[in-house]
Amino acid sequence: MSIDWIHFTPWTALIGGVLLGVASAAFILINGRVLGISGILGGLLVPRRGDINWRVFFLLGLILAPVTLSWALPGVIAAPRIEASNLAIVAAGLLVGVGTRYGSGCTSGHGVCGLSRLSLRSLVATMAFMASGFIIVYVIRHRI
Amino acid sequence: MNRISEFFIGLLFGWGLLISGMTDPGKVLGFLDLAGAWDPSLAFVMGGAILVGVAGFAVAKKRTRSFLGAAMHLPTSRDIDRRLIIGSLTFGAGWGLAGFCPGPGLVTMGSGEPKAALFVAAMIGGMALFEVLDRRAVSQPN
Repeated sequence: MSIDWIHFTPWTALIGGVLLGVASAAFILINGRVLGISGILGGLLVPRRGDINWRVFFLLGLILAPVTLSWALPGVIAAPRIEASNLAIVAAGLLVGVGTRYGSGCTSGHGVCGLSRLSLRSLVATMAFMASGFIIVYVIRHRI
Repeated sequence: MNRISEFFIGLLFGWGLLISGMTDPGKVLGFLDLAGAWDPSLAFVMGGAILVGVAGFAVAKKRTRSFLGAAMHLPTSRDIDRRLIIGSLTFGAGWGLAGFCPGPGLVTMGSGEPKAALFVAAMIGGMALFEVLDRRAVSQPN
């Protein structure tokens, strides 16, 4: 292992991370909801009366984040580097969609909120998706 | 009040993802690539988030109502079962394949990136597939 010092950005990572923590804490304290993106989005596919609007308003804020941030702090958003082909993107989306619903959470629900709640269940889930992420990237970048 | 708060918390979470660099799949894959040139940034993102989150959830666990008077929807399941593990392994495989997880996929779609929109469309397809498979499993117990 060698550290990629060129791309390593400890300060913006930490500041951005703190914002994720503040948003997650605010969501449970103010609205009584766990900030898990896959659960919030997935719940819209089986809509129940009175359980729709909060999801829509949250997701609307999320999607409008790039536009508003580029007004507030121009130049702060790094251009995304997307190497995957369209076919790989579709396969990845399907795996993420099915997997997060079976596993009841993703990086936000299990990774941030679950670990913050000191949930063993979320720790196991986080270790599982990290492990398979490490393995897939190893195979793709170093074995194919 | 609730709707305003939900909107702005979504916005804040999106800003956090953008500032942290997690909306860049190249940066996520740089973290997942232990054998290559490793970018530890994602560990700092998680560290910062959990530092604040632990305090927030410690307060939340003691409350019966939210600040706005809503019920506290804290998870109750403690099951560590096959669904949790197989599901999370599947999610991780998709995450490593493209470098997108659900939040950054949605935010980057909001940046107008066509590949992120394609990812989100496929992800919603995957979630719909889960609903169909799960309903079938419930209606046909073996």
